[in-house]
Amino acid sequence: MKTNNFMEVKFKAQSVNESFARVCVASFCLPLNPTVDEINDIKTAVSEAVTNCVVHAYPHGEGEVLVRVEFDGNDVVISVCDNGIGIKDFVRAREPFYTTKPDEERSGMGFAVMESFMDDVQLQKNGEKGLKVVLRKTLRRGALCKQSC
Amino acid sequence: MKLKHRIYNGTLYVLLCGELDEHSASYVREEMDKAFASGIFKQIIIDLSELEFMDSTGIGVLIGRYKKMKDRSIPIYICNPSSHAEKIFKMTGLYELMPKIV
Repeated sequence: MKTNNFMEVKFKAQSVNESFARVCVASFCLPLNPTVDEINDIKTAVSEAVTNCVVHAYPHGEGEVLVRVEFDGNDVVISVCDNGIGIKDFVRAREPFYTTKPDEERSGMGFAVMESFMDDVQLQKNGEKGLKVVLRKTLRRGALCKQSC
Repeated sequence: MKLKHRIYNGTLYVLLCGELDEHSASYVREEMDKAFASGIFKQIIIDLSELEFMDSTGIGVLIGRYKKMKDRSIPIYICNPSSHAEKIFKMTGLYELMPKIV
């Protein structure tokens, strides 16, 4: 069954909101009948993207994060957007272990984890200088159910 | 997020409980470093049986602790990771620094 459902949530770019963001997205995905592993993958990828906004997007002050989730058949498409300083080099940012803050015990694995846990990860400019991370995952059990039905 | 620790037979056991992300990372760093300074031991075992969530921020925290203990030649081992934590450890290569023990 194809649904065109979506939801958006906006919050301050503060680390205290990371838990809210991943639980909120995971809860919204439940009607697509995800497995526990799929939900954990989605929660982790959302946490990575929101952490990126909290840590890197607004070095000079406060800002906001917009998370949008929509269903595309059995796919979940999650957009995590900020209006911060953006990323100059998308290719370098995606390299494993690359971090702009090596003195802060950062692993530099945020985008690598997103790529590993989701089926597709796109980085785009959000407006003039912000960042939009688009995460896509196909929920397999939904597809199997569709075939057997 | 909570952290418990005790020393037994020359081993420091650290139990992480809750969710390890950017919000809890500084607390976990501080508490682990306090535990590491709490006595004399030859190795450290980090028990993740009660860790409910972790992202790559947790990897940064653990690698930071590894570097500190490497200077003291004290090995760190991981036990009882969830399948999800295990997935992150394997993809980031953390087990090469902190082997998993049963």
